[in-house]
Amino acid sequence: MDDQPIPAVANNDQAGRLRYRTHIDPQSTQEEDASVTPQKLTHLKQLEAESIHIIREVASEFKNPVMLFSVGKDSCVMLHLARKAFYPGKPPFPLLHVDTTWNFQSMYTFRDEYIVKELGLECLVHINEEGLKDGIDPFKHGSRKFTEVMNLGALRQALDKYRFDAAFGGGRRDEEKARAKERIFSFRDQHHQWDPKNQRPELWNLYNTHVEKEQQIRVFPISNWTELDIWQYIYMEQIPLVDVYYAKERPVVEHEGQLILVDDDRTPPELAATAQNKWVRFRTLGDYPLTGATESKATELTDIIQEMLLATRSEREGRVIDADPGASMEEKKRQGYY
Amino acid sequence: MNTDELIAEDIHGYLKQHENKELLRFLTCGSVDDGKSTLIGRLLYDSKMVYEDQLAAVTTDSKQFGTTGGTFDPALLTDGLKAEREQGITIDVAYRYFSTSKRKFIIADTPGHEQYTRNMATGASTCDLAIILIDARHGVQTQTRRHSFIASLLGIKHVVVAINKMDLVDFSEERYEEIKADYTEFVGKLELPDIEFVPMSALNGDNVVNTSEHTPWYKGGTLMHHLENVHIASDRNLIDFRFPVQYVSRPDLNFRGFCGTISSGIVRPGDEVMALPSRKTAIVKRIATMDGDLEQAYAPLAPTIVLDREIDVSRGDMLVHPNNVPKVDQAFEAMLVWMEEDALQPGKQYTIKQGTTTATGIISDLRYRIDVNTMHSEGVDKLDLNEIGRVVIDLSRPCAFDAYSRNRSTGAFIVVDKISNNTVAAGMILDRDPDSAASRRREISEKRGTEIKVHESLISAEERATRLTQQPATIWLTGLTGSGKSAVAYALERRLFDEGKSATVLDGRNARLGLSADLDYTLDDRKENLRRAAEGAKLFNDAGHIAVCAFLSPSAEDRAMAKAIVGDDKFIEVYLEAPEDVCKERAETDEFAKTNKDMAAFSDMAAPYEPPAAADLVLKTDDLTVDQSVQKLYDLLNERGLLK
Ligand SMILES: Nc1nc2c(ncn2[C@@H]2O[C@H](COP(=O)(O)OP(=O)(O)O)[C@@H](O)[C@H]2O)c(=O)[nH]1
Repeated sequence: MDDQPIPAVANNDQAGRLRYRTHIDPQSTQEEDASVTPQKLTHLKQLEAESIHIIREVASEFKNPVMLFSVGKDSCVMLHLARKAFYPGKPPFPLLHVDTTWNFQSMYTFRDEYIVKELGLECLVHINEEGLKDGIDPFKHGSRKFTEVMNLGALRQALDKYRFDAAFGGGRRDEEKARAKERIFSFRDQHHQWDPKNQRPELWNLYNTHVEKEQQIRVFPISNWTELDIWQYIYMEQIPLVDVYYAKERPVVEHEGQLILVDDDRTPPELAATAQNKWVRFRTLGDYPLTGATESKATELTDIIQEMLLATRSEREGRVIDADPGASMEEKKRQGYY
Repeated sequence: MNTDELIAEDIHGYLKQHENKELLRFLTCGSVDDGKSTLIGRLLYDSKMVYEDQLAAVTTDSKQFGTTGGTFDPALLTDGLKAEREQGITIDVAYRYFSTSKRKFIIADTPGHEQYTRNMATGASTCDLAIILIDARHGVQTQTRRHSFIASLLGIKHVVVAINKMDLVDFSEERYEEIKADYTEFVGKLELPDIEFVPMSALNGDNVVNTSEHTPWYKGGTLMHHLENVHIASDRNLIDFRFPVQYVSRPDLNFRGFCGTISSGIVRPGDEVMALPSRKTAIVKRIATMDGDLEQAYAPLAPTIVLDREIDVSRGDMLVHPNNVPKVDQAFEAMLVWMEEDALQPGKQYTIKQGTTTATGIISDLRYRIDVNTMHSEGVDKLDLNEIGRVVIDLSRPCAFDAYSRNRSTGAFIVVDKISNNTVAAGMILDRDPDSAASRRREISEKRGTEIKVHESLISAEERATRLTQQPATIWLTGLTGSGKSAVAYALERRLFDEGKSATVLDGRNARLGLSADLDYTLDDRKENLRRAAEGAKLFNDAGHIAVCAFLSPSAEDRAMAKAIVGDDKFIEVYLEAPEDVCKERAETDEFAKTNKDMAAFSDMAAPYEPPAAADLVLKTDDLTVDQSVQKLYDLLNERGLLK
């Protein structure tokens, strides 16, 4: 595994405090199973089975698959499904964390302490070293350039380096209008390009896994899950999450119209000087300078779900990179982001 | 308590409710402008699945792209890719999600235009229900028939006929009844067991989610009422247990489990199961999942099944109950929806994926094409894009399947082009025995055996042996292409000739040029090729000659057949063993081998080579020269006293 330089931490928690959380709720799950019978199937059981089928199909039909692991909640659900698919074995493919080096600190802790140490899974880490050398910095270069180099660029590098023939992604069709037509098995040419006109029809659960040598495929096993399904499943299955999803008093600054966490000493000093402690949480995870916080007191999973359901904005609003106008999702897809 | 209050006051209660929801998948079919996008937008909007920022965007967009003169246009909630949006049309299948307090819904949105058949078949393949839109002004159209036909072809059990734009016909009951009668008349010919009619206005929301005050004469429920209440649980086949093995899990020496998705039926620990096509049986020991072992598992769950004994099961096999087995055959009849620009070519090899089985197949017979508009059938010699036909498919190996009408999972398959790798067709297996050349041959030969008696020769075997100073035998050389079969065979023939013996080579490639020139490379045809070769060898043996047969013959079963034809006492099985990469390298320099599809025995290809378990002689041809191999063979013949 790659060695991962973790940037200096300015405002660390007290040592030893685990920065991921498992929601445990005595009211959930247990008695539920009795209500699932052959005649009555819940949608989540069905979605779970379908996702497991997709994951196993890729493991059976591809030589060198990988699971893109962003450390966010969708990735965590996808990984949980992969663990179920091969239980009591482990997933027969590694995870890949494309690391911009600017993720929330607690994401690194989660990855190293929970995914690698506790679950014992193989997690490859890839950093765009050239970008790092060039000192690409989201504060200086802006979200577009930064994401292009450290995220998209790094992902392309990693896929080429390891010669993966299939990569699982945690994309969902309900995330964005442009994703509604995405296939579960989505084909990319050798330049990682997605051609919306040239995708194969998908019928039943019979996935066509035949690809040319140079072609790769992105597979989205949780395509049919909605955001609520994801949260519900995390709740039922007690899936641990990175702790910044939960509200806490944190030092934040206002930056380009968003509340940004001061997560380490790379926040420009003049900005850091304006830091205030606020009760905030994050609806999506990514790079701390690019991910806006939501003011919230939701400290329990059910509080988060409640807020989410009562919220009136769509999910990705919190991410600066998606604030680009128009159907930009498609642009990113063409570039190989998804 | 409404949903928002429930969320605010009892989030646990709300989650419990959501957790127990059933999933209904449906598709919406209509011609362009029947109001499909408007209807979907309306469903999302009225069931409060739209965020305010999306609504704000739509209100802005309504002015720019909308067709409603700037007022709220629900259709814009469902628009997709940029290019399409600019053209004002949608292409392909898009999936939408929403839920009510009762169910979660997935909508497959398949817009109407020339790619319609392909897209609708794709969308319908996973759906429980179809909404067929009819513009109340235009009534039942050609497209309405087409949509209904495709829905029935893809096995959709529930149809809601949405008679839309009722506002434009003054919510006339008469008009509604007229359309209903028209539809009922033509649809009688189709297999659509459950049909409901709803008069509605998608644009204004009449009878979509809320009951309309304009249709007091209508006593049925709203569209949403049907969607929430239609009974789908019994659509699932819980009778025939079918478990296509998808992945074999062997995390350590103590665990061997078969992972897969249950296509239909129920399985419990203690059940006896049979693996197909091998027909070996075992008892289910455990049904393992990460949440603990299950007392029972049923379609469509995806558990891991552990058996009580080691039987040979791999991906592509199917576990079933021995008293309820599907068909296992190398051919079936099916309805095919052609989805590719390049027309279907009968006789061309395609890849067929059915369940977890992938096999090479040829469409050996195109029976007829069905006109999707009139539903008439007509004889044709090819199928073009978006055409539907009835075909016979011959496979390279046996598959386990059911009729699609009985099992939407084990009765479905896709056809993949071997060059482009595209999915070129979707197929539904029919409940009818195929009548292919191969199965006809099988039938005839089975009957023949009982009809005709053998005529005996007037010369005895002893007389021949004395004259030729040898005992007849068949030396059957088997091994991968490039293992040296032909080289050894011809050298042995020369050697025997030089020693004054009488031998003849029967060679795979020569057989393909003459004896079996009419055969293809399906498993069935390969078997036939070997049957002919063995019969040929037997004729030589009967005449007192030694036959040296050089045939790849990858299948142990086929070699056993050859042995049975020639006779146990005369058959000498010789395995030419060489590493696969050596064989491949040799084969690549050989012009014939390059084009010879019998090569498919390399492990990365369709029919794997099964090495003989008990060959009379094994020749490691990467160590031995041809002369050394011949010497070993010669010694063997001598030892057995065949050269006296
Ligand atoms: N008056 C009226 N117009 C409708 C109704 N439903 C749809 N339309 C209009 O019919 C046109 C085509 O609708 P659209 O949903 O785009 O059709 P699609 O091509 O089937 O998706 C649009 O101008 C809609 O506003 C309806 O119930 N009543």
